[in-house]
Amino acid sequence: MRLHLYAVLVALSTAVLIFAGGLVTSTGSGLSVPDWPTTYGWFMFTFPLENMVGGIRFEHTHRLIASTVGFLIVVLAVWLRLAEPRRWVRRLGYVALGAVITQGILGGITVLWFLPDPISIAHASLAQLVFCLTIAIALTTSAGWKRGYSARGPMPDDRILQQIASATTVLVYLQILVGATMRHTDAGLAIPDFPWAFGHLVPPTWDPKIAIHFAHRVGALIVTLFTLATTFHVFYHHRSRPELWRPSALLLTLLTLQITLGALTVLSQKHYIINSLHVVTGASVLATSLVLTLRTRRRSFDKLDGSQAQDPAYGMRPARGHA
Amino acid sequence: MNTYLRCCLAFLLLGSVACGGGNSESASAPAPAAAVADPVNPETAGGLKGSIKLEGTPPAAQTINRRSDPYCEQQGEAKTQNFVVDSGGLENVFVYVKDGLGDMKFPVPTTAVVLDQHGCTYAPRVFGIQAGQPLEILNSDETLHNIHALPMNNREFNRGQALKGLKHTHVFTTAEVMVPFKCDVHNWMNAWVGVLNHPFYAVSGSGGSFDIEKLPPGTYTIEAWHEKLGTQTQMVTIGPKETKEISFTFKL
Repeated sequence: MRLHLYAVLVALSTAVLIFAGGLVTSTGSGLSVPDWPTTYGWFMFTFPLENMVGGIRFEHTHRLIASTVGFLIVVLAVWLRLAEPRRWVRRLGYVALGAVITQGILGGITVLWFLPDPISIAHASLAQLVFCLTIAIALTTSAGWKRGYSARGPMPDDRILQQIASATTVLVYLQILVGATMRHTDAGLAIPDFPWAFGHLVPPTWDPKIAIHFAHRVGALIVTLFTLATTFHVFYHHRSRPELWRPSALLLTLLTLQITLGALTVLSQKHYIINSLHVVTGASVLATSLVLTLRTRRRSFDKLDGSQAQDPAYGMRPARGHA
Repeated sequence: MNTYLRCCLAFLLLGSVACGGGNSESASAPAPAAAVADPVNPETAGGLKGSIKLEGTPPAAQTINRRSDPYCEQQGEAKTQNFVVDSGGLENVFVYVKDGLGDMKFPVPTTAVVLDQHGCTYAPRVFGIQAGQPLEILNSDETLHNIHALPMNNREFNRGQALKGLKHTHVFTTAEVMVPFKCDVHNWMNAWVGVLNHPFYAVSGSGGSFDIEKLPPGTYTIEAWHEKLGTQTQMVTIGPKETKEISFTFKL
């Protein structure tokens, strides 16, 4: 249980990190600290607080939070190694550790190379994967997951739900990639009005920035349709399963909030707080959709667990000797 | 530098965390310019004088919010400088010979042009320099600045200057009009430099006036650049010992 609570803490801190990263981009502070891994020549943790001025406040704070999250994930991976009997969950910890290290290096490289779009977009995209990994670890170490959500009978093996929920998660991630591309190519206001595009349904003129911006809007529509399909399916067929309708309800709520924030980002001329909230809410939509997807496929994880799933002490014993 | 080398550099930097620094800076030493005889004959050289006019009412200067850095805020109120107009004349316009000098080579000055970060603004805001001439970037403020150049044809650089008095010397190798500078710490700080292969440039000052001296006789394309209003060009012919007067009018 403590491991699960710790994993939840790590996932929450990762969400905070994504918000801090959004602030860096939204305020244009990405290069306010020109060196890396040092900060104006100082070791990161000895940089004087009185020097936290202007854009440095956002960039250096992001680095400090990132270092903290990196350390938390190291501890999580070690803890999983020592206490988690399921090999695939331990591997999730290793993958999360590798991903967060890669993420840190990408963050450094993007500063040293003056924010090249492909690296910055990769940095933004990998951040979402790190978040998803911490969410997956938090979910799979929970008591409900370990019990197989069996309090109300066996978890349904609803193939249609599995497919549309998986498709929704993939689409949300793709939508975030398009959003990251839009942010890092400075196309956030390429279409300056909302809900119209230059007063039309479809932009009357096109250039690469308008195209990527419009693709993000179309992506939002597609994600909305899939989210509605998923949630309505859950509410109609699985109303008695709180482990399914709760994330569905949350997903719908977050999506509504996310679309509102997207509109406000345009209408507020990319106010940095609204813009950053849009980033972290997008990550929350992805995480919620992932939780729902994993829960719909819970029964298939029994195969991964093997005999350990039948063990009354499942998830309680040290990992050693269980590999 | 190829991608492999860049990756190696990044990984090496990852492993080289310095402690308690912040007060050192290495300046890239300017490469010595090859000695070139001045092709301009002072007996026949002329000049170009003129002024930059602005038609229309420019937007009023806005007070810049500098609360993100207490030091900058303490320097007093600062206003936007996109349009500096004096008696109908537009300042901070870069005027230069764009074409007409042919293959002439000009000596490169060894004295540095200074770009100062003072009072959380750049001084000067618009200036010129010759390719190969040293540019000395100075931090006269008791706060941190980063100087970030964003050229298209020269090498981009971004240097931190954490302490007052720090200098960084940079040499642009290729002509380019204009190279923007910005400070990512203080997002209101902007400057522009015109990098040229010759010394025939000026920046409009009081009343929008400018003066380009010692211009050899010839027919030239003269361009005027403004940070918000773009460029205008004119053809002008300078005779021996002739000083011609021209004017540019930017319209809002």
